Amino acid sequence: MTSLFYKRAIEGILENKFLQGVTILTFALSILIVCAYLLFFINANDFMNSWEKGIRIMAYLESDQHQEEPENVKRKIQKMPDVQSVRFISKEEALNRMKEKLKTQASLLMDLKENPLPDAFEVKIIAASQRIGKIENLATQIKAIPSVDEVEYGRRWLNRFSNVLALFRLTGYALGGLFFMATVFIVANTIRLALYSKREEIEIMRLIGATDRFIKIPFYIEGLIQGALGGLIGLSLLFIPFKWIATNIEHSFSSALFPIRFFPLEVFLGIIICSMFVGWLGCYLSLKQFLEV
Amino acid sequence: MIDGGDNSSIIRMFHVHKHYGSKKALINATLDIHRNEFVFICGPSGAGKTTLLKLLYLGDKVSAGQIIVDGINLSRIPRKRIPFLRRKFGIIFQDYKLISTKTVFENIALVLEVTRNTRRFIEKKVKSVLRTVGMEGRINAYPPSLSGGEQQRVAVARAVVGDPKVILADEPTGNLDAESSHIIFDFLNQFYNRGATVVIATHDLNLVRKTKKSVIHLNQGQIVA
Repeated sequence: MTSLFYKRAIEGILENKFLQGVTILTFALSILIVCAYLLFFINANDFMNSWEKGIRIMAYLESDQHQEEPENVKRKIQKMPDVQSVRFISKEEALNRMKEKLKTQASLLMDLKENPLPDAFEVKIIAASQRIGKIENLATQIKAIPSVDEVEYGRRWLNRFSNVLALFRLTGYALGGLFFMATVFIVANTIRLALYSKREEIEIMRLIGATDRFIKIPFYIEGLIQGALGGLIGLSLLFIPFKWIATNIEHSFSSALFPIRFFPLEVFLGIIICSMFVGWLGCYLSLKQFLEV
Repeated sequence: MIDGGDNSSIIRMFHVHKHYGSKKALINATLDIHRNEFVFICGPSGAGKTTLLKLLYLGDKVSAGQIIVDGINLSRIPRKRIPFLRRKFGIIFQDYKLISTKTVFENIALVLEVTRNTRRFIEKKVKSVLRTVGMEGRINAYPPSLSGGEQQRVAVARAVVGDPKVILADEPTGNLDAESSHIIFDFLNQFYNRGATVVIATHDLNLVRKTKKSVIHLNQGQIVA
């Protein structure tokens, strides 16, 4: 019986090639747009995560008179939760670093009568806590130590990027929801057209004693096939520009600095399954209406 | 509420009314058709013949009254059981109602696919029935390529392939010439002789007179004899 349902589903698809093509194309375009958004979001999120992992907190000490010995301050910071390591950077080391960075313009620093740079601590954070909220908390705690003058961790940039990402996520949900409803609606209407073209056949099947299940299951299978094909085509269409962009980025930047990736296998399969679900749902809604006695 | 009652009756109607808005299609119809009976339902166009047949296979619902088919009260049957009721019938229509995108074989096989028969059984049974109606040579043809008489023969084959208890035929010879009409009638007679109950709605009084079967006369929705 199952093979009969599949056979009837395939026959149904082949009988209405144009209509089926329109439905599958609709799926493909919806998947393409939503997944393009999702792909950008995943890679931006990955970038954000990798950036957060490299974050160091710089705690600059008061230059003139330390209220506490640096060793005491270091001990205090080391005891704080989420701290992996603390390294003291003396003002002399800091000046030497700056000279190295400035390279040919290092001579600008030659005329300085005294070293303007303060002593500092470079604080590394444990991997599990490399999230903006925890970083901010830790920075606040370090700032509260009396000898610490200033704390720096790229807060402004991190906050901005995090806000943009959150906005992106929200927009993604809204866009995804809209496209989901639009695709279900279009699929349902396409199925309704297909059902209408088969209304005589369906009527005859009912008259000879076919159950609703016997009539519906091949259409459900059609919906699943449309969803699967549409999803595959949409993802394939997305992969082509992605590959082009990825190749260009590898040539322009270091791929280690800005790695981008396509969907992992589990996400890929998840998208196909979602697409199939939308196909089935469109069929279900149309058939429910069409087959009411 | 009426129960199954008399075992020799396969169709019983009790004071059945059917109206479509203000139009009264059937008025107070009461009848009793026995098993293995051959019955004509006669009347002019608009008398209510098609309506009466439709009510039997629940193609429509009564406005009032009750119908018992093979012991089942149609007023009480759950929606899910309607397909199983319809499998008791083999229905033949004036306009054949064959699926134009399926072959002769596929049209008939559909009846047996619905009842979950094996492929082997379906092939054997369909070919046997097509032999009976003389259409085995057109097994792979599509209905639009067949004449009216040939299509009706295929429709008859489809109606009988599931060994139904009752064959309902709504003007089966309405679109056919005299020779084709007789061929169709002969087939129906064959199945009657094999034990089926046959109910034919027709306005062809010549056919009715020649065959000397039971007759129910309908006029303006009422059974007159």
